[in-house]
Amino acid sequence: MSDIIKEFNIKAGDFDHAGEGSMEIRTILKSQGFDTDIVQRVAICAYEAEMNVVMHGGDGRMSMTIDDTGIALEVSDDGPGIDDINLALTEGYTTADEEVQQMGFGAGMGLPNILKNSDHFDIVSQKGRGVCLTMCFWIKEGA
Amino acid sequence: MKVRDILSAFNLELAAGAKGLDREVVDGYCGDLLSDVIANAKSGSVWLTVQAHQNILAVAVLKELAAIVLINGYHPDDATKAKAEEEGIPLLLSISTAYNLAGELFSAGIIRKSG
Repeated sequence: MSDIIKEFNIKAGDFDHAGEGSMEIRTILKSQGFDTDIVQRVAICAYEAEMNVVMHGGDGRMSMTIDDTGIALEVSDDGPGIDDINLALTEGYTTADEEVQQMGFGAGMGLPNILKNSDHFDIVSQKGRGVCLTMCFWIKEGA
Repeated sequence: MKVRDILSAFNLELAAGAKGLDREVVDGYCGDLLSDVIANAKSGSVWLTVQAHQNILAVAVLKELAAIVLINGYHPDDATKAKAEEEGIPLLLSISTAYNLAGELFSAGIIRKSG
C-alpha cells in the first residue's frame, strides 16, 4: 500500500465544526477497507485528540499517515500546554471550564481513552509551548 | 428492530434524520458525557441523552449509532437538526426519563445478546 497522508487544521473554541476531521478520517479508513475494530479505535482517538485542541488548545493540526505497518495520527497545538502530564492522564482529572463540561465534554476521559484505544501513544508538552500527541495503530496480519 | 419501529412504538417524535429510519437498533446506551459514550456505546445502539447540541452527531457518526433520543423533553437547536439531516442519523424526541425509556426499550428486547 502506498502511503496516504491527510492533514487537517483544528480551530480552538470552534465547537460548530469540532469532530469533522475525525469523521473524515473515519470515512477514509472505511473507504480503504480497514476492519471495524481499527476504524473505531482510530476514530475514538482522533475525536478525543481533536476535542482536546478545541477545548484547551490554541489552534492545532491533525495528520494521519497510513502505510503497510499501520496508521499514525499526530495532533499538535499551540495552546497553553500541560503542566503535569501524569496528572492529565489520570481518569477524571480535567481543567475544562464549567460551560464546556455542561456540554458533556471535559470529563477527564480523553487522554485515558486514547491510551486504551491506541497501540502506541506518546505525549510531549511544555507549559506555554503546546501539546503534541502521537498515536499509532498496527495493522494486524490478514486485517 | 428498526429505528422507525421504535419511533412508533415508544411515543417518540422525529426531529430530523428521516433517511436513517431503516437503521437497525441492536442495543442501547444512556449517557451525557460524550467521552463516556464514545468509549462505551456499541455500534447500532440507540443513544438516550440530554445533550442537544450538534456535537452529538459527530459521536453518533464515529460510533455508528443507530439513532439519538433526546429525553426529558429536551429539544435540539436548528444546527443540531441540520447536522442530523446531513448525516442521516435519526434524532428523536421523548418526554420520558432515560430510566423509563431505557426500561421500555430493554423490555421490548433491545439488548445485545453477547459481546
